Amino acid sequence: MNLSGFRDIGLGRDAVWSGLLDGDVLQRSVPGCTELTGSATDGFEAVVVQKVGPVKATFRGAVVLEEMVAPESLVLRGEGKGGAAGFAKGGAHVRLEETTDGTRLHYEVEAKVGGKLAQLGSRIIDGFAKKMADQFFENFQSVLEGSPEEEEATTEAEETDETAEKKGWLKRLVKS
Amino acid sequence: MPKDGGIGASTKRREDLRFLTGKGRYTDDINLHGQAYAYFLRSDIAHGTINSIDTSGAEAMPGVVRVFTASDFEGVGGIPCGWQITDRHGEVMQEPKHPVLAEGKVRHVGDPIAVVVAESLDQARDAAEAIDVDITELEPVLDMKAAVADGAPKVHDDLTSNLCYDWGFVEENRDAVDQAIKNAHHVTTLELTNNRLVANPMEPRVAVGDYSLATDEHTLYTTSQNPHVIRLLMGAFVLGIPEHKLRVVAPDVGGGFGTKIFHYAEEAFCTFAAKQLRRPVKWTCSRSEAFISDAHGRDHVTKIELAMDKDGMFLALRTDTYANMGAYLSTFAPSVPTWLHGTLMAGNYKTPLIYVNVKAVFTNTVPVDAYRGAGRPEATFQLERVVDKAAREMGIDPVELRRRNFITEFPYATPVAVEYDTGDYHATMDKLLDISNHAGFAARAADSKARGKLRGFGIAHYIEACGIAPSNLVGQLGARAGLYESATVRVNATGSISVMTGSHSHGQGHETSFAQVVSDMIGIDADQIDIVHGDTANTPMGMGTYGSRSLAVGGSAIVKATEKIISKARKIAAHLLEAAEADIELKDGAFTVAGTDKSVAWGDVTLAAYVPHNYPLEEIEPGLEETAFYDPANFTYPSGAYGCEVEVDPDTGKVDVVAFSAADDFGNIVNPMIVEGQVQGGLAQGIGQALLENCAYDENGQLLSGSYMDYTMPRADDVPMFKVDHSCITPCTHNPLGVKGCGEAGAIGSPPAVVNAVIDALQRAGHDVTHIDMPLSPDRVWAAMNR
Repeated sequence: MNLSGFRDIGLGRDAVWSGLLDGDVLQRSVPGCTELTGSATDGFEAVVVQKVGPVKATFRGAVVLEEMVAPESLVLRGEGKGGAAGFAKGGAHVRLEETTDGTRLHYEVEAKVGGKLAQLGSRIIDGFAKKMADQFFENFQSVLEGSPEEEEATTEAEETDETAEKKGWLKRLVKS
Repeated sequence: MPKDGGIGASTKRREDLRFLTGKGRYTDDINLHGQAYAYFLRSDIAHGTINSIDTSGAEAMPGVVRVFTASDFEGVGGIPCGWQITDRHGEVMQEPKHPVLAEGKVRHVGDPIAVVVAESLDQARDAAEAIDVDITELEPVLDMKAAVADGAPKVHDDLTSNLCYDWGFVEENRDAVDQAIKNAHHVTTLELTNNRLVANPMEPRVAVGDYSLATDEHTLYTTSQNPHVIRLLMGAFVLGIPEHKLRVVAPDVGGGFGTKIFHYAEEAFCTFAAKQLRRPVKWTCSRSEAFISDAHGRDHVTKIELAMDKDGMFLALRTDTYANMGAYLSTFAPSVPTWLHGTLMAGNYKTPLIYVNVKAVFTNTVPVDAYRGAGRPEATFQLERVVDKAAREMGIDPVELRRRNFITEFPYATPVAVEYDTGDYHATMDKLLDISNHAGFAARAADSKARGKLRGFGIAHYIEACGIAPSNLVGQLGARAGLYESATVRVNATGSISVMTGSHSHGQGHETSFAQVVSDMIGIDADQIDIVHGDTANTPMGMGTYGSRSLAVGGSAIVKATEKIISKARKIAAHLLEAAEADIELKDGAFTVAGTDKSVAWGDVTLAAYVPHNYPLEEIEPGLEETAFYDPANFTYPSGAYGCEVEVDPDTGKVDVVAFSAADDFGNIVNPMIVEGQVQGGLAQGIGQALLENCAYDENGQLLSGSYMDYTMPRADDVPMFKVDHSCITPCTHNPLGVKGCGEAGAIGSPPAVVNAVIDALQRAGHDVTHIDMPLSPDRVWAAMNR
């Protein structure tokens, strides 16, 4: 399974690059990610809860960043084991291109599944992977840019930790 | 006038009362005191090296009794293969070890790595997730031709290649066949695939192992078609348990279709673990698990060439087949593409020269073995497809081309080593054309056309070989078992009878039809006769049920044993009637002195045998119980003509089977209703293969069609009302019943009939389509039409 696409993000290339290396950003971007520890240099450990067709599972696995050429390109590689559900693994080649309005993030994703996921979910896996990728980059974009709702929330209850987490990443970066 | 009992009567199936009211006793209904539950952790990758297995986490989980891995089976043998093929160079096949649990490597998705035994199935399943298996993935071997190319990764590192064997048959014919093809007026060539199938019996496999410390006896309850074979293979080759300490019980079994012939690792595991743990161990296969652990069927890729003279007379036939063995050799896997396939390549035709080459290949897929028809469907499909293509190329009507080449004199020795004893292929063809109203096809096609549909008529004429035998011959061919059948007929004191058969019934209705045979021979009511099967403790050593052998071989053993009973009873009757034995006649359950009204009833004779007060004790022993083993002199050769009529939707490519007629020659018929049911079931499976079913792997060796969402079983609305006829009868000459076997015919003859019909429909509509590989799904048909 392969898919590719791009997203325009209204931020500079360095900011987008930093986001890709940030565990907090990644955790909030990966759909269903409930835990993410580690760092860009040592790799991340992640726990992701996802439902693929009839198979719902908790995937535990590692995410590593490879072939890093700051701030232009990198490869995100991950493998998750879902116990009885089987496994999912894949990689994303990401390339950042400067544009007049910010940065264009190009991605090429390849995904592989095995075990019960393949046995039961193969017919929907392409659509699922596309949805996951779309969601990831959608989340990534909104985490970086900060959505209007988040800004609203920020003004209403600026001091609580809970809402602080929801703030746009860049805004928090600027504030701190 | 239909009979109301005995041979030839459509007696209703006595077993249906319990099956239809939910009172069947299947293996999963067996629950023993103190039983623990086994859950198999299976590989989710196709090929890899096992670096380590850490079971400590699982062992600490609630309810876990023990976790087993390959290291627990070091003193145990591998799962044996029951047939050894010698290749065309005189070398024996490559035979890899098939461990109970994966040793060092995993070789297919589903290969068992470890087993958790726990107090409950849920606990076992949960604990299996805590097993940490470290595997390094290896490149999987999937495509058969690539698998035997130089430098291909190897499924088994200790073998020289992925080639199990390269079989040539008949090797001495090779050059003559090549020459005849080279010089022929016309050669029709066809490359085709016989799609991989999953048998999908309604009841998934189950095994319950039990061990008695008091008697040192093992018992295995299992979903098997042949409990004695399992006892022999597992006892002698895997676990080292002598027969007198090992009982195998196969109670009611919900369908087998071949996939329950074989000895599986789960059976050996449960038997082994029950002794280790001193408590019963049960494993119940889930449907998902069945897809990756039951032996699959078919999966051949073939090139076939048929050489003809200018009149369409067949001169020579040459085939080149790759047959998938999967990752390990299942019990009878090597025999399927060879002796069960090559010997049938003559079909119904007088082709004088035939050469069959088969390369059996290991791949990182589930093992492949016999599935309803086993080799014969593959042979029939190739042959009936190439004959149909040849007819179109030669401009000869497909019925006429077949008729020109039909064998008409019997016995007939084929160039592929078998001798057909009887048959009348013109008769079955005539019958088919009649019951299918072949003459009215043009009008029906016009009607379809008016409705925007493309109608086609496809014919196939099959031969099959049932009741594979005799044992001394199959031994020479590489069988590691005998192929006789056994029966013990135990007449009780009051005249009722228990027949203990080595055959096994798992949907065939033996309890009804076998009782009809004995009832007919003695002349007592069938209700007085019970058929006992499925338990090695109370049946004589028998080879079980597969290959449409049960009536021809098992039924003949029952006839032989019953003949011994009648012979002895006649002596007793002669004594009671004070007459010469030669003058005693048995009729309608009474012994009569010929030409007199002096007679003695069956029950009085049987009582005398057990209460021998007035009895010739100096001449014969008391009691009335006889055993017979029957080893046939030859195969039986059922044959038949099948006609399929389809409508193709030109907009979508969807194929509807609108009519299907079958004219079979099964020899004599014991129960016509059961025979019709067998044919209908076989036709549904064959139509399933032709149009719907496909076992597909992706390029990583992941099973894609691993559930009923993607593996399409035929449903009621996928098949038409069948017209089934078995009035063409040429009795088998070498078994006492004159029967031939009917269990697989439907699945053998129907796939080529369906494909021929679709090709006919497309060609009539002007499409230049000569072949589409099965299953003929709408997308494939549409693509072929719109190329």
